Amino acid sequence: MTELTQLGVADIREGVAAGTFTALEVAEAFNGAVAAAQDALNAFIVTTPELALDAARKVDAARASGEQLGAMAGVPIGMKDLFATKGVQTTAASHILEGFVPEYESTVSQKLWDAGAGMLGKLNLDQFAMGSSNETSYFGNVISPWRREGDTAALAPGGSSGGSSAAIAARLCPAATGTDTGGSIRQPAAFTGISGIKPTYGRCSRWGIVAFASSLDQAGPMARSVRDCAVMLGAMAGFDPKDSTSLDMPVPDWEAGLSANLAGKKVGIPREYRMDGMDPDVAKSWDDGIAWLKDAGAQIVEISLPHTQYALPTYYIIAPAEASSNLARYDGVRYGLRDLPDGAGLQDMYAATRAAGFGPEVKRRILIGTYVLSAGFYDAYYTQAQKVRTLIARDFELAFHHCDVILAPTAPTAAFALGEKSDDPLAMYLNDVFSVPASLAGLPAMSVPAGLSSGGLPLGLQIIGKPFDEQGVLNAGLAIEQRSGFTAQPAKWW
Amino acid sequence: MSMYRISGATGEWEVVIGLEVHAQVVSHSKLFSGAAAIFGAEPNAQVSLVDAAMPGMLPVPNAECIRQAVRTGIAIDAAINKWSRFDRKNYFYADLPQGYQISQLYHPLVGEGHIDISLDDKNPDGEVKRIGVERIHVEQDAGKLMHDQHPTMSYVDLNRSGVALMEIVSRPDMASPAEAGAYLRKLRAILRYVGSCDGNMEEGSMRADVNVSVRKAGEPLGTRTETKNVNSVRFVMAAIEHEAMRQVDVLESGGKIVQETRLFDPDTGTTRSMRSKEDAHDYRYFPDPDLLPLVLTDAFVEECRASLPELPDAKRRRYEAALGLTPYVAGVLTAEVETARWFEALITECALLQGKGEELVAKQAANWLTSELFGALNRLGRSLEDSPVSPAQCAGLLALVANGTISNTIAKPVFEKMLETGDAAAEIVEREGLKQTSDTGAIDAAVAKVLADNADKVEQYKGGKEALFGFFVGQTMKAMQGKGNPQLVNEALKKALG
Repeated sequence: MTELTQLGVADIREGVAAGTFTALEVAEAFNGAVAAAQDALNAFIVTTPELALDAARKVDAARASGEQLGAMAGVPIGMKDLFATKGVQTTAASHILEGFVPEYESTVSQKLWDAGAGMLGKLNLDQFAMGSSNETSYFGNVISPWRREGDTAALAPGGSSGGSSAAIAARLCPAATGTDTGGSIRQPAAFTGISGIKPTYGRCSRWGIVAFASSLDQAGPMARSVRDCAVMLGAMAGFDPKDSTSLDMPVPDWEAGLSANLAGKKVGIPREYRMDGMDPDVAKSWDDGIAWLKDAGAQIVEISLPHTQYALPTYYIIAPAEASSNLARYDGVRYGLRDLPDGAGLQDMYAATRAAGFGPEVKRRILIGTYVLSAGFYDAYYTQAQKVRTLIARDFELAFHHCDVILAPTAPTAAFALGEKSDDPLAMYLNDVFSVPASLAGLPAMSVPAGLSSGGLPLGLQIIGKPFDEQGVLNAGLAIEQRSGFTAQPAKWW
Repeated sequence: MSMYRISGATGEWEVVIGLEVHAQVVSHSKLFSGAAAIFGAEPNAQVSLVDAAMPGMLPVPNAECIRQAVRTGIAIDAAINKWSRFDRKNYFYADLPQGYQISQLYHPLVGEGHIDISLDDKNPDGEVKRIGVERIHVEQDAGKLMHDQHPTMSYVDLNRSGVALMEIVSRPDMASPAEAGAYLRKLRAILRYVGSCDGNMEEGSMRADVNVSVRKAGEPLGTRTETKNVNSVRFVMAAIEHEAMRQVDVLESGGKIVQETRLFDPDTGTTRSMRSKEDAHDYRYFPDPDLLPLVLTDAFVEECRASLPELPDAKRRRYEAALGLTPYVAGVLTAEVETARWFEALITECALLQGKGEELVAKQAANWLTSELFGALNRLGRSLEDSPVSPAQCAGLLALVANGTISNTIAKPVFEKMLETGDAAAEIVEREGLKQTSDTGAIDAAVAKVLADNADKVEQYKGGKEALFGFFVGQTMKAMQGKGNPQLVNEALKKALG
């Protein structure tokens, strides 16, 4: 049975459809892997083996009665605990939502269930998706299944979708949902040797996803192959009238459109991303990527994204500003944690509840956001940041006159050790330096594995595409995937 | 227009008034959620996941609320901004589930407009003052706290949470409580004509924040105070009067006016401080990232324009010009949309029954409506909407007067019977034998008897006291139980008295 957990989304779907194995067998295999790894990796906040089995039985029954099977039929997945799931605790990895059980299902998760997927559990993440290492979760950090060669130090699985990345890399699930605000799909994918795509802003409905920064938050799939990402993204995407920022456009059949032949395509290499003191492993993998895409028929062109250096400060104004407002609803009045000291009034209740409920990183960002929006500072910070955001989007717009996709590293380094950066927020924020610009511009971007670092850890390459051109991104990703020969997986130590 | 001045110890003071009116939009559902928006439901019975600000919930603008605000803007001749945007106003309170109110600070839906007011009911077109309206924006209402449900805790009712409001912000163009009252009444009338707000101040669907400052003539504007949530025209006028006097007292005794928010106490007619500028919230407004800018098409705006009914000023002028009514009566009939609707139904029926043009029945109908019907409704404590008689029934009565079946005098008791029984006028007249008599024999006999019984007065009349003629008419009509044809009675009396 163990080999079932090595299978990806498309393999499982096809095996179930062909009757090679049943969906129930698949669900049982993954339930077993999840249970066996939970203590060591802490990838899940809650596990839902029964839901995975129920969904599998439904798929098996549907197949038996000759019904048409959905795109994710028989595939058990992990659900980042930022998506509201009806009847299953939804926490955003925060104490303030501990015990909160929604009476509604997020649009994206509902679409996945409708496509035949089942839920193995709710995946751990950085608290309210704020973090790059999964160390801000109230429910303990996720441990990456990867270790440096000859070292047993616990490594970060990346963040904020660190439960997702760890679980996929450790073969606890074939795929999982992620959300990406400033790199939260791509960076953890890069850290754990898997793939993940953040689609164009608006492709996936935000309805039912606990909000971090509304103008940036975007859901996407994480899996072990580009094809699996294409399949799952197709199941997640689509217009939702309940989300005013949702794109009212048809969803292409990305899986059918996959092609690694890049003849006639131009790949832009942004000059500004080649920074002084760049990690040599990362620089080498970038050069490898350039060679692979050339080999796939693409023409390589140098491009300029002149406002790149302002992306990180811009992001760390806009995202906290929106977060400070989005998180105001966690006040102890209607749901979640309420800390009501004896004889306390309303203000005391707010203060006590939010002091006890939010972790330090969440508080830091609420304070930053509150500060940049306050009277006298608004124009200097928020208005200015919005202007710069426009310039950054324009950089990409102009660059795309000269190329079809952009190739860059996903993160400046391979995975770091837990605790290595947690005392230095700025060092942590710098991890987002390559991922944040595409987020600010709302562009589709994915990370695919590119090889291993000198320390034996995965490195990711990032492909950024034009608005709505997920296909171009996936195809370039596929070209890399076919040439990188990345088959490494973490040695099982748990 | 207004020469309202406050005489202080140091001279005369002018008052400067601006009003921010919050008007609840008439719509089946809330501004950003599908929940119902009806007054008086059980607490928390009309709350969607969005209204309760559950995690991951998102607002979606309700087109009907936007349409109502645009129609209101067109009705006050305002600029409609085809590009507007929603902003978040951030503050914590238990009746505000999101922790912010979605409003429009930077780019409101409706721009500069105006409302014309008149203080002279007799001559509404005479001296008109134009009050500027700076803007109308749409925003969410908050919920309501209930403090009387538990000894130590407050409960929250979120039925009102998320209901659409229009905030209608005037220029500081009013100079007296009377002008403010006239502005509010006019605004309320327009809203009700348009159908965008029911104007019900008691239920809180229309309330005003009152900005008041005072100054000596010719001096720059003084520091203003804002009295929040005043919920009747009378209270607004009282609040201004009190607040202006208070400010004059403070200034004349050497004090300074503090820019602050105040509350009006209807029981004492006074205002008191709620919070000063120093304690004011920093609302940290910023564009709501959950919502795209609101972009209106020309077709949408034109549809809004085309859907507007005739508005009060236009209607009043038409009543004067086309129906020949006096400005005063036309003003009374058009002040409330229900009155105008009732009147128009009445004259349609009258014209039909009497076979005449509306312009020929309008005066009779208008007089009847404003005197008899209003009087009766007043006595009964009822409004036009639940009048016991319909326009058709009234038209039936007026037709009997017009065709001479009954006299005006008889019409009044017949109307009383109609109110009591709900029966048709003709039926009552028939049943009670109230038909007017034009039988000259009966009239002559009644005249002869009255003159014989009042020989002394006949002498006086003949001696020059001609005013007594009316007395003879009255007596004759009385003798005929009011049924004599007044014209024939007059003629018979003239003849008999020589």
